Amino acid sequence: MTTSLLIVQILNGLQLGILLFLVAAGLTLVFGVMDFINLAHGVQYMLGAYLAVTFVGLTGSFGLGLALALAAALVIGLALEFLVFRHLYERDHLDQVLATFGLILLLNQGVKIVWGAAPLSVPVPAFLSGSVQLMDGILYPVYRFALIGAGLGVGGLLWFIVEKTRTGMLLRAGASNAAMVSALGVDIRQLFMIVFAFGTMLAGFAGAMAAPILSVEPGMGDTVLILAFVVIVVGGIGSIRGAFVGALIVGLVDTLGRSFMNDLLRLFMSAPSARATGAALSSMLIYLVMAIVLFVRPEGLLPSKGRT
Amino acid sequence: MTLKYALSLSAGLLALGIAGAQAQEPLKIGVVSVLTGPQAALGQQVRDGFQLSVDQLGGKFGGRPVQITVIDDELKPDVAVSKVRSYIESGKVDFVVGPVFSNILGAIAKPVLDSGAFLISPNAGPSTLAGKACNQNFFVTSYQNDQVHEVLGKYAQDQGFKKAYIMAPNYQAGKDSLAGFKNYFKGEIVDEVYVPLTQLDFSAELAKIAAAKPDVVFAFMPGGLGVNLVKQWSQAGLTGKIPFLSAFTVDESTLPAQQDAAIGLFGGMTWAPNMDNPQTKKFVADYEAAYKIVPGSYAQQAYDAGLLIDSALKATKGDTSDKDKLRAAIKKADFTSLRGKFKFNTNGFPIQDFYLVKVAKRPDGKFQTEIAQKVFSDYADPHAKDCGLK
Repeated sequence: MTTSLLIVQILNGLQLGILLFLVAAGLTLVFGVMDFINLAHGVQYMLGAYLAVTFVGLTGSFGLGLALALAAALVIGLALEFLVFRHLYERDHLDQVLATFGLILLLNQGVKIVWGAAPLSVPVPAFLSGSVQLMDGILYPVYRFALIGAGLGVGGLLWFIVEKTRTGMLLRAGASNAAMVSALGVDIRQLFMIVFAFGTMLAGFAGAMAAPILSVEPGMGDTVLILAFVVIVVGGIGSIRGAFVGALIVGLVDTLGRSFMNDLLRLFMSAPSARATGAALSSMLIYLVMAIVLFVRPEGLLPSKGRT
Repeated sequence: MTLKYALSLSAGLLALGIAGAQAQEPLKIGVVSVLTGPQAALGQQVRDGFQLSVDQLGGKFGGRPVQITVIDDELKPDVAVSKVRSYIESGKVDFVVGPVFSNILGAIAKPVLDSGAFLISPNAGPSTLAGKACNQNFFVTSYQNDQVHEVLGKYAQDQGFKKAYIMAPNYQAGKDSLAGFKNYFKGEIVDEVYVPLTQLDFSAELAKIAAAKPDVVFAFMPGGLGVNLVKQWSQAGLTGKIPFLSAFTVDESTLPAQQDAAIGLFGGMTWAPNMDNPQTKKFVADYEAAYKIVPGSYAQQAYDAGLLIDSALKATKGDTSDKDKLRAAIKKADFTSLRGKFKFNTNGFPIQDFYLVKVAKRPDGKFQTEIAQKVFSDYADPHAKDCGLK
C-alpha cells in the first residue's frame, strides 16, 4: 500500500460521500422541515436520471438536458405534492411510509413501461470528459471533480438559503413550531409545497449528475435511498450540516473499508478467511457506524436546532 | 390469442370429428421468465426469443397449434412455485420453458417434473441438476453455469497470463464464478474481491487494480453492476491497459447502456449475433425487426428451445401421449441450432463449443458481442458423471 493509493482512495470516499449528500440533502430537508417521511425520494432520484437520459438524448447537450430534466423533475414533484403528499401531512408516519412505499412500486413499474427494463446511460459531457493522472496507472475523471464541485455548490447554496434568507428563516421556524408560524399569518402549506418541490428537484439533480457514471435502471433509487437514510441518521435528522458530515463519513468509511479491510485482516488471518471476513465486514461497516452513532448520540452527530 | 385458438379448435372439432381431435388439440407450453424487477431485460429476451420461434413456425410445433402461457416469476422462488403450480393444475401441460435464474429453477423443477411435463431450461444450468439431481424429463438449451466462467479461466491460462485480479458479487453465484475461473487458471491470484450486490461505485476497486498491476482482470458483474463497472473502468482509463475478461458482464442486455465503454472487452459464450451461419443471420434480422434490440444469448437459447420442441413433435407426429417416444425424440436434438453444432449429453445438458467473445460496434451504431476465438470444442460438463441417466 502506497501513500498515493491512500490519497486516491480518500478522494474516492469523498466523492461517494458528495454523491450521497446530494441525495440526502433533499431527504433531510423534507424530513426536518415537514416532519414527513418520504420513501419516494429514491424514485425521484431515479426519475431525475431517466429524465436526464431523455433530455440529454433529445438536445444533444448535457447542460441543456440537465436544465430540462430539472424543470421536468420539478413539475413531477409539484404534481406528486398536489396528488399525494398534500393529503398526508396531517397523517402519522406509518401512513406516510405506506403511501410513499406505494409510490416506489408505482414509479419503478411506470419507468419500466416508459423507458424499458434494460439499463440506459448518459454519456459524460464532452467538456468534462478528460482525466487527470493522480497515481501511476489510474486516471481520475474530470467529471468526478465536477461532481464534487456540484455537491459543494449545492451544500453552500442550501446553507445560504436556510441561514441567510427570509424563506430560510421561515423554514427554520416551521421546523420548530409549524402551528405557531401558521398562526402568525404565514401560509404554511405554500411553504411546505416549496420545500417539497425543492427537495424533489435536489433528488432529480442527484440522479441526473449520477447518470453518466452509474447505470440508469429501474430500482436504482432503492439502494441509494437506504444509504441516504443511513446518512441522515448518522448526521442528525433534519440538519443540512449533519447530512453533509454524515455523507462524508459514510462515503469514506465505505470506500476505505472496501479498500483496506482485506489487507488489514490479512495481518492476523489466512488469506481465504481474511477475504471472506473482509467482504462481509466491509459491506456492513457503515451500518456498524450507524449503530454506534445511535447508541452514543441517538439524535445524530449534528442535529438541527429546535428539535428534541 | 387463447380465444383465437379456442375458436379454431372448435372449428377443427366440427370439421374433423372426434378422431382428429388428438392431433389438433393445442400444445400447452408455459414460459416462465422474470418480467419485473431490474433483471426483466433478460426475461423479456427469453420470452421474445421463444415467441419468435413459434411465430416463424406458423404458430405450430410439429403440426400442433401452440398455446403459450407466459408466467412472470418476479425472480422470487415462492412466487414462481405458486404460479407454476396453479398453471400445472389448470390442465394437461406438455412443456414448461424457463426460467432465467438458477434459484427459480431450483424452486420450480420438482413441481413441474412431478406433473409429468417436460422442463426445458433456456438459460439456468445449475450443477445440482446436471449431476446427482438430474432428471430424464429435464433438458437445457444453454450450458452448465460453470462452463462460461471456465472459458475465461482457460483463455487466461492459454494466453500465459501470470497474475490475475478477480472480482464478483458476494453471493453464491459469485463464488461459483470465481471458482470456475480458477478451475482452469493456474497463475497467481493477486486479489479475489467480493463486493456487495448493491455496490454503486467501483472507484476503490479500480484504484486497487491500478496499484496491483495484474496481467489480467476477470469480473462477473451481472446487470446494473456490470454497467457501473464497465463505465467506470473506461473512465478510469484502464481500457486497453489491462485485458478485461468477464462473464455475464458485457452482453446484449447491458451493451445499450455501456456503449463505447465496453468496446474491446471480452466475455465467454456459446454463440454471438455475428455467428457465421445463415440461420443466425435470419434470426438476428427477424428479432431486431420484431423487438428493436439486438438479441443476446438469452433470446438465442429460448429460440433454440422452441426449435427443439418442434423437432421432437415432428418426430412423434404431434403426439405427446407416449412420453418415452417424445423423450427419445427430444434427446436426438434434431434441429438446426443457431450455434450450428448442438447435441445432448446423458444428463440433458448440451455438448457444444465455447467461444471467447469481444464487444464491437456495428456499422449501424448498435453494439454486439462478436466471436473472437474458440476456447473449448465439444465441451461436456464434468457433472454428467454423477448423473445416473444413460
